[in-house]
Amino acid sequence: MTALAATSAPSAWWQSRGVRRFMRHRLAIVGLVMIAALTLACVLGPYLLPYDALYIDLRARFSPPLTGSHYLGTDPLGRDLAARLLIAGRISLLVGFFAMLLSTLIGTVIGVVAGYWGGWIGAALMRFVDAFLSFPSIFLLLALAALLEPNPLMITLIIALTSWMEVARIVEAEVRSLRERDFVLAGRMLGLRSMHIMFREILPNAVGPIIVAATLTVARAILLEAYISFLGYGIQPPLPSWGNMLNGAQQYLASAPWLAIIPGIAITMAVTSFNFIGDGLRDALDVRSDHF
Amino acid sequence: MISASANSVAAKTREAVLSVRDLTVSLPAGMERPYAVESISFDLVHGQILCIIGESGSGKSVTANAVMGLLPRAIRVVSGSIRCDGSDLVKASPEALRSLRGRVVSMIFQDPLSALNPLMTVGDQITEVMLAHDEGTAESRRARAIELLKEVGLPDPTLMYHQYPFRLSGGQRQRVMIAMALALEPSILIADEPTTALDVTTQAQILKLIRDIQRRKGMSVMFITHDFGVVAEIADSVIVMEKGHIVEQGSAQQVLKSPSHPYTRRLIAAVPRLTGEDRSLPHADDRETILKVENLTKVYRSGSRFFGTERVVKAVQGVSFDLARGRTLGVVGESGSGKSSLGRLLIKLMNSDGGRILFDGQDIATLTEDAFRPVRPKIQMIFQDPFASLNPRSTIGHILTVGPVSHGVPYEQARKDAQRLLEHVGLDAGAFGRYPHEFSGGQRQRVGIARALMFKPQLLIADEAVSALDVSIQAQILRLLDQIQRETGVSMIFITHDLRVASQICDEIAVMQRGRIVEQGPPSQIFLNPQSDYTRELVAAIPGERPEPGHPA
Repeated sequence: MTALAATSAPSAWWQSRGVRRFMRHRLAIVGLVMIAALTLACVLGPYLLPYDALYIDLRARFSPPLTGSHYLGTDPLGRDLAARLLIAGRISLLVGFFAMLLSTLIGTVIGVVAGYWGGWIGAALMRFVDAFLSFPSIFLLLALAALLEPNPLMITLIIALTSWMEVARIVEAEVRSLRERDFVLAGRMLGLRSMHIMFREILPNAVGPIIVAATLTVARAILLEAYISFLGYGIQPPLPSWGNMLNGAQQYLASAPWLAIIPGIAITMAVTSFNFIGDGLRDALDVRSDHF
Repeated sequence: MISASANSVAAKTREAVLSVRDLTVSLPAGMERPYAVESISFDLVHGQILCIIGESGSGKSVTANAVMGLLPRAIRVVSGSIRCDGSDLVKASPEALRSLRGRVVSMIFQDPLSALNPLMTVGDQITEVMLAHDEGTAESRRARAIELLKEVGLPDPTLMYHQYPFRLSGGQRQRVMIAMALALEPSILIADEPTTALDVTTQAQILKLIRDIQRRKGMSVMFITHDFGVVAEIADSVIVMEKGHIVEQGSAQQVLKSPSHPYTRRLIAAVPRLTGEDRSLPHADDRETILKVENLTKVYRSGSRFFGTERVVKAVQGVSFDLARGRTLGVVGESGSGKSSLGRLLIKLMNSDGGRILFDGQDIATLTEDAFRPVRPKIQMIFQDPFASLNPRSTIGHILTVGPVSHGVPYEQARKDAQRLLEHVGLDAGAFGRYPHEFSGGQRQRVGIARALMFKPQLLIADEAVSALDVSIQAQILRLLDQIQRETGVSMIFITHDLRVASQICDEIAVMQRGRIVEQGPPSQIFLNPQSDYTRELVAAIPGERPEPGHPA
């Protein structure tokens, strides 16, 4: 019998069908570029600007954008708005990112265990998920934020605790269908332990939907952080976040509208960009779609 | 290629109802070849059954879909013509094509369950075809549908009219599909592997039905298949396709008895022949029993006892057999006979509800998963679907080594074993770092076999291990399994629905029906002198050939 070679040469990841389909999704590319620009600006920007985010210049209060080197103007205390916006961006993006990481982790573990075992374990876990989902998350968030000390770590934790359920549901459904595949039976035939089968054999096959859900969770987390900070229960001044900048701006809406418009645009940009990326990934990773 | 003398006479008396000339269909960039089919030409003669046979990827289904104008968007007809009913189907407008479909050309598909709408009754689906072409009145359509249901041999047509597809068996569904296809009395019927998903006895009935209807109505049938047995049963003329080309065409008699092209010869040689000859093995006198199964039982329950909706299916009922070391027991049966359940019980992927499984003298039926884990390496399984049974996200190396490593074998040694085994099963050792999607079905099945051999098992359970493969690959894999058994002396349980395959590799065959073993014996008895009615029926339904005593294996 002749030795048979593989049918096709291995191709690089950037030539794969998924990547090609993502690149065809124009809005997703726009989103990716915007997020990259925003992140870069938040990381490097504060070092390049002439003002510190906490530097108070009482002679330059309420300067409109493009006054001198205050490119985005100043706030009621004369602090540079550009500097504050970028520092706030660091906090808002970090909170969004870590809330996503934590909620994806919780959701994935619960989803995999519930999906793999099914039966009463699965039912109990999924009813637990339903119980969490049945709370109006905004009220839960506000109640928790009012009880706990509102620092960025706490905000991250409570956002994660109210947004892991979606991931859990997606993963559970995915794992439940993967569990029926023969390679899982083959794993049992080899005598692999359940933990190994769940997390090393099945989970890598569910990565696509998890990534999509995670991307959409970032957008949601940024929005939730802005929401509670705007209501005054989130990140507390003088530490800036996009939400509490809006909070400080609402009494000057008529006299200094840029105070609200600029952080508003930042939030909108970040959230829509993440949503576009999520949509693009969903189309790219959906194996059932027949577009080449 | 066509024997000119034989066909020129026929051509004068019989016109071609469908003639395909220089048809070329392109594939999207990045596939293994640029064209799905390349400049193929053939005629479908009035009142004949033309079989197009080929292995997977030969372009036979693309040809059928091109005629129906049902190609996926990514696949296009580049050049050529398909002349039918006075017009060229390649150039026809979508409207013109729509009017031809169903009325002049209609099609039946491989999987009748997915081709029927689950939310519509059988009657509605048949009358819908007529409605779409503005035929008749509501009353006449209904009468015609019932007439059609009777014509395809369905019992109680008026009741059947109101049934939903899920209530019907696979064979009944295919009959409904045929009734739909016949609704407008088309002159051409295209059948794309219509019996592949069916059991062998049902297949025989459907083939007979298609043959009868074709004769009665004087229709022309284009029949796509991969099975030479089916060709022998039904074809008037045959086209053999390989990689998008027609390599041979001619009358059924001529192609089957004296094939001229080497590919056809190879294909026919690879078709598993039913052999009534018993197998001879070197360890013939070693009669030590490795596996003794006593009264094994498995019952599936679904629904709820509490709500009174409980359904009980006795998948395996009181099955007993012995297996000697180094021997192969074939378990044969149709779908739902419990043969796969039996396989899974033996390897404890499911727990049995009663009976004993004595493996090497130890009853493993009652062991817990933890207690059974040390025994697992001694009993391994080869799965049916080489695509689903390998984790798409793991390298071949990982797939092979993960088992031994989890049982405490050092990784380096597992890696060496894996590379040695890959060469042994006919792959090169370079496959180690690659992913399953880089391999063909047959190659993946070799990986599956290598995985099962990693532990040097004493018992291999092959669950339909060659059913998903093309015949030429099937023959290679069967030879490989036979060679492995002769070298290692492993015992095997070979589960299959295909009696021809079972006859090739088994020392002893057990025929299962509705969870019971109805007959057990050496191939010579099962095929030449069957004792039970069911076995006789099964053997008779095998398409294409009758068993011959003493035919070389």
